[in-house]
Parts: sequence; C-alpha cells; structure tokens
Amino acid sequence: MSGANRISGWGRLTPAKTARFTFDGKSYTALEGDTVASALLANGVHLLGRSFKYHRPRGILTAGPEEPNALLDVSRDAARRQPNVRATVQEVFDGMVTSSQNRWPSLALDIGAVNDLMSPFFAAGFYYKTFMWPKKAWEKVYEPFIRKAAGLGEAPKEEDPDHYAGRYAHTDVLVVGAGVAGLSAALAAAKSGAKVMLVDEQPEVGGALHYDTGVKINGKDGFTWAQETAAELKAMDNVTVLSRTTAFGYYNHNMIALCERVTDHKAKPGKNEPRERLWQVRAKRVILATGQIERHMVFENNDRPGVMLASAGRTFLNHFGVAVGQKVGIYTAHDSAYEAAFDLKRAGISVPAIVDSREKPGEAVLAQARAMGIEVLTGHAVLTVGGKLRVNSMTVGRHAGSATRKIAIDALLVSAGWTPSVHLFSQSRGKLRWDAETQRFLPGTYAQDSLSVGACNGTDDLQATIEEALAAGELMAKAAGAEGNGKIEITGEAPFSWTGGMIGAAEGAGPDTTVKAFIDFQHDVCAKDIRLAVREGMQSIEHIKRFTTNGMASDQGKLSNMHGLAIAAEMLGKDIPQVGLTTFRQPYTPVTFGTIINHSRGDLFDPARKTPIHPWAVAKGAEFEDVGNWKRAWYYAKPGEDMHAAVARECKTVRDVAGIFDASTLGKIEVVGPDAAKFLNLMYTNAWDTLKPGKCRYGIMTREDGFIYDDGVVGRMAEDRFHVTTTTGGAPRVLQHMEDYLQTEFPDLKVWLTSTTEQWAVIAVQGPKAREIIAPLVEGIDISNEAFPHMSVAEGKICGVPTRLFRMSFTGELGFEINVPADYGQAVWEAVWARAEPMGACPYGTETMHVLRAEKGYIIVGQDTDGTVTPDDASLNWAVSKKKPDFVGIRGLKRPDLVAPGRKQLVGLLTKDPNGVLEEGAQVVADPNEPKPMTMLGHVTSSYWSSNCGRSIAMALIADGKNRNGKTLYVPMADRTIAVEVVTDMVFFDKEGGRLNV
Amino acid sequence: MLLIYCPYCEEERNELEFRNGGDAHIARPTNIADITDEEFEEYFFIRQNPKGLIYERWRHVHGCGKFFNAARDTVSDRFYLSYKAGEPKPDPATFLNNGNESALNKDKGASK
Ligand SMILES: [Zn+2]
Repeated sequence: MSGANRISGWGRLTPAKTARFTFDGKSYTALEGDTVASALLANGVHLLGRSFKYHRPRGILTAGPEEPNALLDVSRDAARRQPNVRATVQEVFDGMVTSSQNRWPSLALDIGAVNDLMSPFFAAGFYYKTFMWPKKAWEKVYEPFIRKAAGLGEAPKEEDPDHYAGRYAHTDVLVVGAGVAGLSAALAAAKSGAKVMLVDEQPEVGGALHYDTGVKINGKDGFTWAQETAAELKAMDNVTVLSRTTAFGYYNHNMIALCERVTDHKAKPGKNEPRERLWQVRAKRVILATGQIERHMVFENNDRPGVMLASAGRTFLNHFGVAVGQKVGIYTAHDSAYEAAFDLKRAGISVPAIVDSREKPGEAVLAQARAMGIEVLTGHAVLTVGGKLRVNSMTVGRHAGSATRKIAIDALLVSAGWTPSVHLFSQSRGKLRWDAETQRFLPGTYAQDSLSVGACNGTDDLQATIEEALAAGELMAKAAGAEGNGKIEITGEAPFSWTGGMIGAAEGAGPDTTVKAFIDFQHDVCAKDIRLAVREGMQSIEHIKRFTTNGMASDQGKLSNMHGLAIAAEMLGKDIPQVGLTTFRQPYTPVTFGTIINHSRGDLFDPARKTPIHPWAVAKGAEFEDVGNWKRAWYYAKPGEDMHAAVARECKTVRDVAGIFDASTLGKIEVVGPDAAKFLNLMYTNAWDTLKPGKCRYGIMTREDGFIYDDGVVGRMAEDRFHVTTTTGGAPRVLQHMEDYLQTEFPDLKVWLTSTTEQWAVIAVQGPKAREIIAPLVEGIDISNEAFPHMSVAEGKICGVPTRLFRMSFTGELGFEINVPADYGQAVWEAVWARAEPMGACPYGTETMHVLRAEKGYIIVGQDTDGTVTPDDASLNWAVSKKKPDFVGIRGLKRPDLVAPGRKQLVGLLTKDPNGVLEEGAQVVADPNEPKPMTMLGHVTSSYWSSNCGRSIAMALIADGKNRNGKTLYVPMADRTIAVEVVTDMVFFDKEGGRLNV
Repeated sequence: MLLIYCPYCEEERNELEFRNGGDAHIARPTNIADITDEEFEEYFFIRQNPKGLIYERWRHVHGCGKFFNAARDTVSDRFYLSYKAGEPKPDPATFLNNGNESALNKDKGASK
C-alpha cells in the first residue's frame, strides 16, 4: 500500500510500481514517479522540518521547485548525501534515505523551538544590531553562533564519489519550459525547420497540465496532448527534448546554462552515468515559456503544516492521486483555487468552505461551487489556523467584522493569485514593466534575442497563450534562418477563465497587527518584519531585503518577493514600481557545485606545468612549490633534514663547490627580425643596439607609467635574433605586452615574436666548479674565462645535442645556463649530474635560489617590487638608458611623483640580532613607541637566514630608504619589536663580485 | 559569456578566446618623451568609461593572436561591429539602427 491518502483511480502513477524509502528512520512505500513530498503526503506525513530562525514546524507548501519549506537531507549512501533537497522536486527511488533538518533531538520535539517564544529578540535586523560590539566577541561568540544557527542542513564530509559532465550545444531556438506554451512554440519552430532544444525542469512535460485537468487541447486531455506532442518532437531529427533539466542561468549573448539531473531519480544509476550534466547552450533565439508561480495568502500561522498552495493540492491529487487531507479548506483571493475545491469534491474529499477575501469572485466558479454544494464565504478572511504540527482548524471572519467562526479542517489550500516567472527574462537584463491592472511585473524591454510567451508574459487565456506561442515559435525559427512552413493550429479549451489576485498581507495581518504572518518561509520573515524595516528607515527594496533577509534564502523569494514589496509599498505610501523590484540573479534554483565545476576537479582542477626535469626531482625526493601553474623543485632534503637544514646545506654547497638548478620555467621569447634590436630598445629601458652578438645583458621592462613590469637576461644570438628571458610568472603577459606594442603602436617594425618557454629546458650550473663540471660535455664552444666571460652566450653542442649556452649567474658565482631542446632536458641534466655529484655538488631548489640571489642583492620582480617601484627605487638606474630617444616608460619615469624625494626605495635590512630572521611582509617603523596607528615606512620584501653570511639578511621597501643608511628602524611584531639597521648596499656577499669572473 | 567576432579569423568565437585591451583609438604620442604632464595624464590615465557605446581593443589571444577593435554597448553588451587594428574609427551613424532595439529585428549580421 502506497499510503492511506492515495485515492484509488486518481492520478497518473501506476499502483503496481512501488519503491521503498525512509524518512527519519521510518520506512514508507511510494509509487514510481512520486516525489518525496507526494509520497509522504500519501502516507499522511505533513511535518517535514523545522524553520530556520524560529524552529517552527513546517510542512509542504508547494508541489514544485519554488518550495521554500520542505527541505530534506537525501542520501543514497554515506558519501552520496545532499542537504536542503526540495522534497517537492526529488523523485523517490528504491532505497532512498531521507531525513528532516534543523531539529534536535527530534522533529516533533525540538529544543530550538524556544526561539519561537524568544522571537522578540530575533526581530528583523537582529544580527546587524546585536552583533556589532565588542569586536573581539565576533571571533569567539557571534560568528560561531551564527554559523551554527545559520546552516540549514549539514554538508557531507566525504568527497563526492559521483562524477558530473559538461556539454556545449548550439541551437537555433531554445525553448525553456514545456507547458502548453513551450510545447506549442517548440512545435512551430521545429516544423519551420529550425534546430530546436526544448527543456523542462520536471520529469515529464506538461507544466500546469499536471494539475489543470479541466483543460482540453485539440479535443484531448491536456496532459495526454502534452506527452504526445513531446513524443512527436522527440521523433524529429532537428529537436532535442531534455526533461529534469533546469535552465538556471541566462547569460550574455543568449548563453543559457542548463542543469540536467541524470541519475538522482534512479535506484541503480549506470556506472558511467554522470549524476548531473551542465549544458552551456548558445541559442540564436530563446523562447521563455516559464509559466507562473502561485502566491500564498499572508495571515497568522500561515506556515502551519497542512497549509499549502491550491495548485500544489491539485497536483498532489490530480497527478499523484494523493489527497492532502480529508477536510480541506480553501482560502483564496483568486478564482483558480476554486478548481482545487471542485477536484477534491469530485474525488470524494470534504471541502468545508471556500473562504474568499474578495466580495466578488468570478461568477462562473462561484456558480459551480454553489452547484456542487460547497459553502463559499466571500469577503471573509482566515484570521488564523489552529494546530501546531498539523493544521486542525481555521478561524474565519467577515472583513471588518468581529464575529469569528472556527471550522475544523486538516489541510488548507491557499491562493493569493499568480506571479509570472520572469526570472530568466530579468537575468537576460531585460527590463520589467509593472502592469497596474493585473498587479504584476511583466517582460518589458528585451535586452537579448528572446521572447516570452504564455503565463510568464502575462497571457492568461489558454487559446491566446497557444496562438502567442505558435507565432513566437515560427517567428524565432525564421529569425534564426529557418525557411520551412511552421504554420500549425492548436485549439485549447479551459473550463473557467480566472480572475482575481492580491499581494501583501491579508485581513488580520495588517499594519496594526504583530501576528506571525509569514511571507518568506525559508528565512522566517513575517509581514511585520517588512514594516519594521520601513519604520527603521529603509526606503529601497534592496535595503529592506537585506535588513529583513526577505527573499535571500535559497528559493530567492519566489513566493515572497511580491508580498514583501507590496507591504513595503503600503508602508511607504508609494506605488509598487516606485519601491522597485530586486534583481533576479542566477541560478534560478540551487545548483550543485558538482555541476558547476563538473570535470574541473582533482588533477583537472588546474593544469600543472612540469618541466622535463620534473621526474628526476620527484625521484630525488624534492619538495615542490607552485609558481603560477608550474611545479618547481623547492628544496632537496636529505634523510633527517628539515627545510631549514636542507636550504642551509644547499646554499653552502653552491658557493663552496657547485649546484645544479632547473631553471626551465623561465619565460622565453624569441625576438627575430631586422628591427629586433630597435624593437627591444623600445620595450626595455636598456639599450640593445649596443649589445654584440654572443653577449647577453640584464634588461628591465617598465610600463608606460614608469614602473617595473618585468626583468630578465636577454642574449643576442645574431644581429637579427634575440633570446629573451622573462620571470617565471611573467612570460604570458610580457609576450602580450610586446605583441600589443608591436601590432598596435609600432606595426611597421619587422619583428616576429615567438614564445619558446616550453621549447627549452634550462639547467643552471652555478659555483666554483661549474666550468669543470660541464667542460667535458660541451662541444664547439670555448668556455674558458677569457674566451667566454661573464654575460656571454654561444651556440654549440652539449652531450651531442644543440645548446644555447649562457655564461650568467643569478647566484653571484661562476655560472652557466644550459638551454637544450626540452626533449633532451632530462638526459642532459642527468649527464651534468653524473659529473657534478662526485665533485660534491648538489641539486638545489627555488628556496636556495632565492637566498643566494638575496645574498647578492638581486631583486625578484613581484616580490621586491609591487607595480609601484621604479628602476631608481630599486637602485637599478644603471639599466635605464639615458641616450635613447624613446622607450616604453620614458615619459612615465619623469612624472613628478616618480622623481619626488622620499619615495619608497629598496634597501637592505640587517637585524641587530644576527640570528633573528624577519617575517616577509612585516611593517617597518621609525619610532616603535609611537601611539597607534603608527607611521609605517614600508615593509620587508625578502628575508632569509644566510648560511654563507652567517646571519639573517633582508630587503625592504622603505620610504626615503636611500637616505637612511646606517639608521636604526624597527619591525613591530605581535610579541616583540625587532631593531634593524638600514644598509643601502644590498650586496651582502662578495661585494666586489670577484666570484663571477673566474 | 560574450560572442565576439574576430575580423581576422572572420568568425564569432567565444569570449574565452579573447582578452580585452581597454579603450581603442588612443594613439601613443610619437613625441612621448617631450609631452607635458597634462598631456601624459590625458593619454595614459584618463578614460571616459561610457555608459553605452564604447570603442575598445580586443586580442584574439587564444586564436590568431591579433589585436583588433570593436564597438560595443556597455549596457547591453551588444557588439555592433569589429574591425582591424589601424582601421579608422567607424561613424556610429553607420551601425546604430535608429534605436529600434526590438528583440526580433536585431541583426547579428551587422558585425559581418
Ligand atoms: Zn582571430
């Protein structure tokens, strides 16, 4: 038996196909096709959760994706568990485990419900006002408390074992929503010959036809027509129909993001099936047929389990065959809810009364109600409902009257009318217009190539909807280039045309009341909270929204926005459009992180760049650090060594013997052409026409504003060929920068730029024994100091393979950088290592490289500079040509602020205690006793323990630093203040530089 | 995500392939070393940030690598047209269609 409230012979599910699932540990039987909501209702379960703020008992309010209340934790196994799943969307599968959230110790008895009694302390704006002071309490008290209280549901702790897929699609016409309008539009577009995609969030097409059983289309039952039409569309080669697929984001240039739920409804998903699939669809034209969402009535205790939307009651009855109660009251301001009463009555359910807030309901529905013997109380209100865990009565009164009447019920269907679903239209940046007559926002000015049809466009009449949709389908297909004949005719008949609707608080919850009449169920926002916000001075709906958190929950106010707006407008004495509507944002409904990132996780999250020598470093047990996307060997610890010991040993070994270093990540650009030198003259501050082939030079690149952009050694291979190196992280932007000037400012120069970063492996061999190590391996180059002095470059062979050999040094030692084609990188490295190892040399990593260069005062762009440092600030003025008529930055360097005294300049810092190592980033001050806020002179940019100097060394950017030589400054830390001496000479080791030239 | 027409590749490609390069038609002064502070400020720092029509530079960085210019509406993100670097700034009258921005008669072909 699939539930006591399942009415035999009603609904569209097959009684023979059942599935078992549990809710809060109790086992239930569902029918295949049930949602968790319909299955629980079938079993008489109305209480599904506790509310966010007040922990009030909550049930099922809707039958669709707009559900704010019935959020459950749903799991397949321990790792496949998801919180905050809407019970009205999630289909039951056999073996599914569900549980309620936000309650302790049990759903029926919840300790947190004391919040409901303490609600005066939780008024709107509570968080803003209460948690302001003292500052310290934020960390220790407020934040942990808020985090605990704010989390609806609990995230799984295990890694998600499912996989997610992504697809791109291009289509002529994308139709969103497969109700009457969407199906009609898709059919017309498809018959016109356009490539069509039709997507709908529900398992089956039909939209409102799920519940609106009175509708006939082409003489058939509407839902049957919908399924037949979908089948016809699916059979066409030019049509793709996706169900369980939500168009959640409308982005620029008709890019629509879809989430297709592939396996969440299956008991046994296929091994290779993704759980969900992200579609990124580029459509030439978009047709929005997204329908409308019913609003609830705003009255006291309208959140009690058993109170639900009239259309939801009809869906549960007509589609799922489930009665939401046995004595079902109706409270409405709209004709549509009458049809719920008619359906219930026909199914044998008692309908004690239709309470209509209007004096004059639509005549046809009123007549039908009377004919069916249903009591209709016009001009009445439901003032409150009784029952805590499930509604058991409604208290009804005449407007402005004092007499009330209590009517026993076990469910109450409500309707305040309908809100067109303009979310996607709004996301497309279309402008909404306010239709005063029908009191709703409708699509106004379109920003993209789309059209809205049917209910989301404010078209109420069935036949008008069909015709509008058919016309749109044909038109959009033609606009997208289709040339076929899309003329078709469809006839629809609806038993009643609907009138009515209201927004804002109903009778009994008006401005003079303090009752809990909820507008936003998920965030527990009541009508009175909106009024409080206005009283506290909020005027704009954007402020009111943030103050009250109305519409800020995961349902984004699908039910609450209009009510909140109307109440605010009433309080402010303004018209609704003057108060404004908050902007709708993507996503339309919550989307899992899995879908959004799909394949981009684990190794595919971010590509790792590895050098040809990487495997060798891995085998040697190197630790790696990330530099951009590169994995760089950081240090090579020997057994028993920590990082500090390893780096100290490497530093010492390089200077005492030699070290080899993988410098392959350096950016490299081949600059070729008759104007190559002329071009580099413009791109760097240095002069390159004076550099002879076979020589290399350290170059500085500034931006037009005069600040250092990049640096590196450039070798001239021939008159018309330069081998340019850049910083590891700077290669792409330097190439972009060069291309920019070459293409747009100096297009007449004959120069070609090619990135060669990954074509060359670079092995730096540094130290007194460097020449001895490589000498026997090199062919065709005389590498003696006389023939090949510091800053030389030559082409030849090493280990039998071609090389560009540089004599250069970033350590201050005799050094070579061996460039070989990347494929030979590891082999040459191993050959060099075979020579180096017996001599006592070591491989070293980036940390040692950093220390050694700091010992020599060599800067690292991006570490010792920050985009506001000029060559002069970094004491690199020698590299700025005074003779060139032009280079990028020449004018910027003359700007008044760049030549003014007192600029922050790069200097060395020596701690008074040689053993103390400063923290990089630490601030430097002149007077440690100055009251806070202290005058900060600058900060430490580089700081290391130098085993070669036997003390700590540091570099810092200090205001007027060059005039502070020998002065004592201070570095205040949390627990102490460190005294330092400024040294303008940043060369800490081998000041004469003799070691370079041996 | 934008669709951008590259006038060198002669097709619309996804925004992912491009990088924006700021305002177009701001030529670097040939005598830049000699200009005044005010002229340098004007050239390097001052931009209009218009609401509406902007002429801007794009580079088809993950495509042909070329810089080109485009006219775009900064409110709607609609591209009116793209043209090669070095070509003159097009007259808005030649591509703005009389303010008639209905969803149905917009002509994407304007950029081709
Ligand atoms: Zn291109």
